[in-house]
Amino acid sequence: MSETKEKMFKGGGFLIEDVAAEDVITPEDFSDEHLMIAKTTEDFVLGEVVPKIDKLENHEFEHSVDLLKKAGELGLLGVDVPEEYGGLGLDKISSSLITEKFSRAGGFSVTHGAHVGIGSLPIVFFGNEEQKQKYLPKLATGELIAAYALTEPGSGSDALGAKTTAKINEAGTHYVLNGEKQWITNSAFADVFVVYAKIDGDKFTAFIVERDYPGVSTGTEEKKMGIKSSSTRTLVLEDAEVPVENVLGDIGRGHIIAFNILNVGRYKLAIGGVGGSKRAIELAVKYANERKQFQTPISSFSLIQEKLASMAVNTYANESSVYRTVGLFEQSMGKLTDEQLKDGKEVAKVIAEYAIECSLNKVFCTELLDFTADEAVQIHGGYGFMQEYEVERIYRDSRINRIFEGTNEINRMIVPGTLLKKAMKGELPLLQKAQSLQEELMMMMPEDPGTEPLEQEKYLVKNAKKIALVAAGLAAQKYGEKLEKEQELLVNIADIVAEIYNMESAVLRTEKAMNKSPEKAQQKLLYTQVYAQEAFNRIEAHAKETLIASESGDTLRMMLGALKKLTRHTPSNVIAKKREIAANLIKEEKYIV
Amino acid sequence: MNIYVLLKRTFDTEEKIAINDGRIDEEGAEFIINPYDEYAVEEAINLRDEHGGEVTVVTIGEEESEKQLRTALAMGADKAVLINTEDDLEDGDQFTTVKILEAFFEGKEADIILAGNVAIDEASGQVGPRLAERLDIPYVTTITSISVDGETVQIERDVEGDVEKVETSLPLLVTCQQGLNEPRYPSLPGIMKAKKKPLEELELDDLDLDEGDVEAKTKTVDIFLPPEKEAGKVLEGEIDDQVKELVSLLRNEAKVL
Repeated sequence: MSETKEKMFKGGGFLIEDVAAEDVITPEDFSDEHLMIAKTTEDFVLGEVVPKIDKLENHEFEHSVDLLKKAGELGLLGVDVPEEYGGLGLDKISSSLITEKFSRAGGFSVTHGAHVGIGSLPIVFFGNEEQKQKYLPKLATGELIAAYALTEPGSGSDALGAKTTAKINEAGTHYVLNGEKQWITNSAFADVFVVYAKIDGDKFTAFIVERDYPGVSTGTEEKKMGIKSSSTRTLVLEDAEVPVENVLGDIGRGHIIAFNILNVGRYKLAIGGVGGSKRAIELAVKYANERKQFQTPISSFSLIQEKLASMAVNTYANESSVYRTVGLFEQSMGKLTDEQLKDGKEVAKVIAEYAIECSLNKVFCTELLDFTADEAVQIHGGYGFMQEYEVERIYRDSRINRIFEGTNEINRMIVPGTLLKKAMKGELPLLQKAQSLQEELMMMMPEDPGTEPLEQEKYLVKNAKKIALVAAGLAAQKYGEKLEKEQELLVNIADIVAEIYNMESAVLRTEKAMNKSPEKAQQKLLYTQVYAQEAFNRIEAHAKETLIASESGDTLRMMLGALKKLTRHTPSNVIAKKREIAANLIKEEKYIV
Repeated sequence: MNIYVLLKRTFDTEEKIAINDGRIDEEGAEFIINPYDEYAVEEAINLRDEHGGEVTVVTIGEEESEKQLRTALAMGADKAVLINTEDDLEDGDQFTTVKILEAFFEGKEADIILAGNVAIDEASGQVGPRLAERLDIPYVTTITSISVDGETVQIERDVEGDVEKVETSLPLLVTCQQGLNEPRYPSLPGIMKAKKKPLEELELDDLDLDEGDVEAKTKTVDIFLPPEKEAGKVLEGEIDDQVKELVSLLRNEAKVL
């Protein structure tokens, strides 16, 4: 029994295991404290940040610093910092809710996120005792503000191709850093930068660099398409002198820090995407109720309703899966001792276990935000193109999310690669599953899933997992190690896996809610039915394309036959269900579950 | 100082009100501390920080009201009391509330009781003054400033936009008006501490009351929503004609003249 539990919590394990509703954490499980923390954050953002957005967008960064300090007084900067170092050491659900509620602040949410996430966490996770004592208490209050400097003009996705150099001085007291880091969030006012440089040209290493060190400066403010409220500049290192005790982690092991921090950055962006989408829905549905054309509120037109429903359906699925990921962190961290929790490396390891989930969430939630922002503008018509309307800013702010913390293309390719690695290492029995499935497919008869609520959706999830194995198995069989070069197929597989994660998370969340109170879960049920149907259609298309690109002739025909068997079902009427969903949204004038 | 705050759980100001079967539909609604009571909580905390003592927040309600009490504790109150009438009472009015509070305060040495000026739901503004009357202590309503020096209390109150200065003495009941202070956000450390602060739950029985003692003196005959706001009208033509038309509209359509 305990062994199956262990398996279930493995990163990527959802693809081959059956997961029970009781085993996933859903937003309905949040405690009163979680909700109070969310409320404080929301009230702070609405009361303090939103009134200053115009000033922030105008690069009046003294307000950014002031707001961060105020946030620090409320404890909003110290959630991920252990108590021993002046933080609150709360759980990841708390910090996630803060991230979600900050999304309303637009570019300032990036300021906040860069400080508490990629700026502070490298020290939380990998700092030694002295470094933690020196920096964390001040980072937790906002007395010091952090930034993260990895990207260079010539190295983005290829982070390890960085050209910044570090050389120890003759006295052996300082490293001398030379190079230029690009697009550094918070650079106008950050006091502490986590900087990556290569010692002796090859040892990729992280350093804690203070703004006041000799040789450290920043360039001019970038002119960006969106998130203008955040500061973005180059960090220039000209014979910058960094004390040797400021090497972060081990020399030559900077990539470990970089990759771990990316995981955190990714799931946090995903949560921000969900928060932003909720706001886009609220603005869109309010506007649709107010705006009259042909003497009728445009929300009464079914095409507008379709848009609103699609926005909410996709938000629900992504919200379910991203909080499931956060729940996985929690469940795993629950098994750590206090000592391990204090040692950030163990926490980073837990998050790294779910690198696949982090990437999937990052890709889908940032694309969700682009979709909802785009539709919100569309529903606003010409007004949505005008700067007086908040949706105009949301639309511009959204775009960067698909690019930073690893482009969505890179993140998609990480997924099949990591799955395959886990399979090879024996961490996930993917290959065994794929083999037994082949035999099963030969004899498979189409099933009738039944008509109870969620039976059809569970059936679709079950078959989608089989389709994933068929498509990925065939591609791996055909191309072997050269699959790496077949990027289109890798992306197809990643999309299938992501759809499954979202679908299943929605199903499990709805099931859990229905077990408690079926009447109160009706909107959730509708969301799940629509998402499962539409996701399954997309999965079918991705799988088909993958099979066609991998095989030909009789084998292809046979594989397509198997796919046909796996996709046989009576589809639900999504148009009717979306109208029902929209009616509830239009009544409540916001995203509801 | 023994400081008490009377607190009510109300609909969030953002909520849309819907009526179902003659009752306000609470399904899915968000609830908050009545905003005027929030001023009271904030002022109580400030008074305690200045003069020492203890802040106790009291509410009459149901299990769910615990959330608002916890929020007050997270802001900095020391203790909370929930008088849970969920099982005993169908409904009540201001008389009911005052009667229960009177019983609650019996034998307690309250130096000052702070309440909101009105609750944003039923907006009677009666509970504070009526309770003071029953407890036989002075009260001042709609205060916008208060300072305590020994037994003496200096107060400024809002009188339809003007300021009235009042000197009075403890023990005292005040009701708080907008402008008194800016209520703080419950901080995260405050939220975590609130979990461990004492929250006492009482029922009518514990106060030696039964349903008959607190039976409402009023009856709600009907609840209805205000008429939907219609689009405005722009009058046209000569100014004299417009004035005539306006007067006629005010008399015949709006019926305010």
